Amino acid sequence: MIISVASGKGGTGKTLIATSLALALKDKGAVTLLDCDAEEPNDHIYIKPESSSSEPVSIPVPSVDEAKCTGCGVCSDVCVFNAIAVVAGKVLVFNELCHGCGACAYLCPAGAISEVPHELGVLEEGKVEGMRFFDGVLTIGQPMAPPIIREVRKKSDGDGITIIDASPGTSCPVVEAVRESDFCLLVTEPTPFGLNDLRLAVETVRALGLAHGVIINRAGVGDDRTEEFCRGEGIPILMTIPLDERIARTYSRGTPLIEALPEYRPQFLEMYDRIREMVNERSSST
Amino acid sequence: MREVVVLSGKGGTGKTSVVGAFAALANQKVLSDCDVDAADLHLLLSPTVKEEHEFWSGQSAVIDRAECIECGQCVEVCRFDAIHDFVVDPIGCEGCAFCSRICPVNAIKMKDNMAGHWFISETRFGPLVHAKLGIAQENSGKLVALVRQKAKEIAEQQGLQITINDGPPGIGCAVISALSGAHLACIVTEPSFSGIHDMERVLSVCRHFNTPAVVCINKFDVNEEGTQQIERYCEGEGIDVVAKIPFDIKVTEAQVQGVPLVEYTDDARLVEPIEAAWKAVLRGFDSIGS
Repeated sequence: MIISVASGKGGTGKTLIATSLALALKDKGAVTLLDCDAEEPNDHIYIKPESSSSEPVSIPVPSVDEAKCTGCGVCSDVCVFNAIAVVAGKVLVFNELCHGCGACAYLCPAGAISEVPHELGVLEEGKVEGMRFFDGVLTIGQPMAPPIIREVRKKSDGDGITIIDASPGTSCPVVEAVRESDFCLLVTEPTPFGLNDLRLAVETVRALGLAHGVIINRAGVGDDRTEEFCRGEGIPILMTIPLDERIARTYSRGTPLIEALPEYRPQFLEMYDRIREMVNERSSST
Repeated sequence: MREVVVLSGKGGTGKTSVVGAFAALANQKVLSDCDVDAADLHLLLSPTVKEEHEFWSGQSAVIDRAECIECGQCVEVCRFDAIHDFVVDPIGCEGCAFCSRICPVNAIKMKDNMAGHWFISETRFGPLVHAKLGIAQENSGKLVALVRQKAKEIAEQQGLQITINDGPPGIGCAVISALSGAHLACIVTEPSFSGIHDMERVLSVCRHFNTPAVVCINKFDVNEEGTQQIERYCEGEGIDVVAKIPFDIKVTEAQVQGVPLVEYTDDARLVEPIEAAWKAVLRGFDSIGS
């Protein structure tokens, strides 16, 4: 079972939910927590791994052997990302634009292009008692997070329970994080910004064909329009967390919700049971 | 022309609320919403859309099954695992066109993607350029660049001196696109462990691209120790903390009313730090010189 946590709007509580859900479930079975917000990974702040090891995540980029290169320009013609240019017979490679598709190396008529790894960031494995924990960390100045997210996502354990914490927004990093999950939890807050971005997130998970439900965080601020939206769209509201100064204060200091306020633990376990039922119903109906 | 981009690293720290307030405080400016996959600034500025344009960007491969001989070469070369049973998954496809170039029977065509929309609007605070990235589309960085380009053109046409960009969260492609070439970054953070961690990362990105930055601490009173930690960090880095905004439900109430905070309330506890931040941005512009 793979459950992803996304939101549309940032700062609604994705990490709050992902970390507490993983911590609540770790006594119930094999749990893997994957922080796929490679631009700003935060789960480690709450999970506090004792130690961690990391390995680089790279994509293959072209390296041109000038002795073999004839300056014909085929590489530059085939690159749709403008990552390779031929100027005055000399090939220039722009690693930051390269997607690592390999077309230039394959199609170079002189066999002058080989591929070398270009590091985008790292995949970290954290040592945490009772669960597996991985996160991706994009290197400062690198634009492309999806290849790192893909590597983190490969650590999913479909037989156990995998929780994936995604980035905010609805574009490629989010799609990459949530696309293979069995269920996507959308965390929102009942404000106009929260609702606007929830609508976009719902459109995204629908386009991906993912089962989904909503968690309303900081209930009590804002208005009722988020609940009305969910009712109107037939989207289940799986948990409601009220605006509570205790949560804001303890969470801001790095304490996971269910550790600061253990009374929430049963709610996370019940929510997991509901998600499991929904996923089972869906798989038996298809 | 001077351009400030409001960033945060972590989402939900209050970028758009700060930009909305800047919109009400600043004179002679263009506004742009560079958070193209979750744009919210329009909810505070009540824009009237004057122009709507399609954003075509990138391509996806499509296999013509009538022509396809199922040789499997396309599947072999695709590094994005986007081809299954000789059908291309448009969400997985990066549009590199490798498959289409090597298909021995020319059965694979590249189709242009309609990747979103962008708008030029009028607001009572001045012109606004904003956008909506298509669902599950790529190229948010290119759409951000387009939004900024249009805002710049409007500023030049109308003789406006300032562009205020509401930036995206994170530090990746969309942020780099929103930041590169801007004169100043205004970082809105909050004194939580995650807010601080993410602020440090986005400040590193500013440094990487040589963009000067100032910092606003939002909800500073939720964790005073965290606030002190931010102040110490910024002092060490030579970055000015230009405003400390307290936690106040009025910020959310203004959002529910759909107006900038400084129009909703004249509470000096909230208005004064935001005015101070805007003045610091103007000082920042002056110090850059011409």
